[in-house]
Amino acid sequence: MDVGRSGIRGIIGRYEAALSARIDELMAPVVEWRKEVAASLLSRAAGDTDKGPGKAAAAGSEAGDERRVAIRLEGVTKVFGHGQKEALELVRSGSSKNDILKATGSMVALRNIDLEIYQGEIFVIMGLSGCGKSTLERCLNRLVRPTRGKVVVNGTDITSLDEDSLRQFRRDHIGMVFQNFGLLPHRTVLENVAYGLEVQGVPREERLSRSRKALELVGLKSYGDARPSMLSGGMKQRVGLARALATDPDILLMDEAFSALDPLIRKSMQEELLDLQRKVHKTIVFVTHDLDEALRLGDRIAIMRDGGIVQVGTPEDILTSPADDYVSRFIDGVDRSKVMTCESIMKQPEAVIPLRIGPRTALKMLEDIGHTAGFVVDKEKGFIGLVRSEDLLRIVPTEASIKGAISPVRSVGPSTKVEDLIPILVETDYPVPVLSESNWLVGVIYPAMVMRRIRPGGAPA
Amino acid sequence: MIGKIPLGDVAEGTVTWIEANLGVVLDFITWLIGWVLGALSSVLTAIPVPLFILLAAVLTLLATRKILLTLGVVLALMLIENLGLWALSMETLSLVLVSACTAVLIGVPVGILASRNDRLQGVLKVGLDFMQTMPSFVYLIPVVIFFGLGNVPGMIATIVFAIPPVVRLTDLGIRQVPKELNEVADSFGSSALQKLACVQLPVAKPTIMAGINQCVMLSLSMVVIASMIGAKGLGRDVLVAIQRVDIGLGFEAGVAIVIIAVILDRITQSIGKRENAH
Repeated sequence: MDVGRSGIRGIIGRYEAALSARIDELMAPVVEWRKEVAASLLSRAAGDTDKGPGKAAAAGSEAGDERRVAIRLEGVTKVFGHGQKEALELVRSGSSKNDILKATGSMVALRNIDLEIYQGEIFVIMGLSGCGKSTLERCLNRLVRPTRGKVVVNGTDITSLDEDSLRQFRRDHIGMVFQNFGLLPHRTVLENVAYGLEVQGVPREERLSRSRKALELVGLKSYGDARPSMLSGGMKQRVGLARALATDPDILLMDEAFSALDPLIRKSMQEELLDLQRKVHKTIVFVTHDLDEALRLGDRIAIMRDGGIVQVGTPEDILTSPADDYVSRFIDGVDRSKVMTCESIMKQPEAVIPLRIGPRTALKMLEDIGHTAGFVVDKEKGFIGLVRSEDLLRIVPTEASIKGAISPVRSVGPSTKVEDLIPILVETDYPVPVLSESNWLVGVIYPAMVMRRIRPGGAPA
Repeated sequence: MIGKIPLGDVAEGTVTWIEANLGVVLDFITWLIGWVLGALSSVLTAIPVPLFILLAAVLTLLATRKILLTLGVVLALMLIENLGLWALSMETLSLVLVSACTAVLIGVPVGILASRNDRLQGVLKVGLDFMQTMPSFVYLIPVVIFFGLGNVPGMIATIVFAIPPVVRLTDLGIRQVPKELNEVADSFGSSALQKLACVQLPVAKPTIMAGINQCVMLSLSMVVIASMIGAKGLGRDVLVAIQRVDIGLGFEAGVAIVIIAVILDRITQSIGKRENAH
């Protein structure tokens, strides 16, 4: 090898200057193309609706500002009990929940919440019991009326609605799913699902047929005539979900919706909710005390403590840059590989080799950047495969094209979870290419980087 | 030393005032209840005995789904006929049914109002305690003044006596509807009426039915006492038996009352229970 290598060196040396110029020329389109990829990724993150408001689309909080706001909360404060005025004063001056309770006998459930929830996202409100998360959720359809502050839903401030308009607002815009399912025991499953439509005054035939469709959506088509008491927990909650969907509201409120279910069923319900969301594209506000659930479901997560919001961000934001000690302690021990995507840990590919260059040029390129392997792309920037310098050396004497040296390689997508990347890393000795849906090479992942990033408590790279 | 507080005088004054000023209303109530009672009792007595027993058996079977109980009902009713107490029993039954229905018609709406208003519930609680614990003979007195003697005053006393459990249990049943179900109704934008009809009343139904069952039982016991002010039916026989120390007559009338009580109890109870089973 060494002899061959120095031999090649000699050959290349003679053309050194010419080759460098040639490489610059060849690399020009690659540099150009990298810029394009970066731009396309940005626009995708900004919520390109064609691709659906999936999790990948929500990545990148800087892009969020361009998305439509479905729900906006401004300075929402809720005090339970008497002496609310003094309590509000104390909230303003920043006293703690316990101090206010001692001084006034009032419970501060929410303090000065400002929040924007975007259309089509799954927004998770997470916190331990008593932190005010369910109260906050109930402010969104005014089951709880804020003591102070505005709740603007689709442009309407619902805190100022009169009873009639509030009822109409709830009928038109909100569906809610409850922790203990909230099914009416005296009605059949189908009649339960039809409840919202019945309240709206939809004629019987129409509401039953629409309810049947909703039941089909959650996979309970044949259970319409059953009584709720005959169903298992997971099925009951699917009925609850179908009922909330039957009126086709644009906002779904889910209050600890899966908390009463067994862990295995809970997980499959989470999967189903994500599948369903891909079909229905609702704005979902999901309350939970379970961090794993929050990370799995949330496009964005708000972490609450003592009636206030500690941090709002994507699951990755929260894992990689926790706002304070409370959040850090909270996320301690979370399996990051389940949350982080390849996109968040990948690096810009350096060793990119155009298909049309010869083996010698390719070798020189790898040599220059100090790599022993590179990724080959074609003229349309599509990914072809991997070339190793040893293979290039082998074919240099005989072939003019690098095609013969290309070997196939396993790749991942930008939104692939690191969890799924690990088995691939185990099987290969080379970096793993990250390919976009259109087969463009958008990044590369080195095994060492992965280990660094998913180590619990590990610093962001 | 303070003199005796004129509580009795106040009560008497109030009764006299009502008698003097609300005569028309009292007369209307007397007429209405008397008419309904007369109609029902003539229908019940007009039904041939075998047909009535058959109807009672079918009703028991449908309500309880118990064959043995149904057989018992048939035999017991045949015993009443055999003792020659059929007509009196029908009289008592119509008194009980009209009283209980009136008590339910008043009690359920009042109970619903009480469940929605804590202050009303507080006020009612005092009134209901009063109605239930005041010895039943005591309110026979004003009833006699207002309505005279006979079936109607007996029934009015019965209704007053039988209302409290209906109000209490309706109130309790609605307040016990899980908070989550109320939130379900609200979150879908139900009106107060829709929430009541579709969620609260159906969910509270078993409790309300228990109240109605109590109401029927209390009516039956009061109807007997009300015979002291001239209500007809089996109570009359009991009263006569007491006056004559006639053990046989008293026992026979007593057995007939127990039979009616058991049948009414089993039927009303099973309606509540069946709802519970879902």
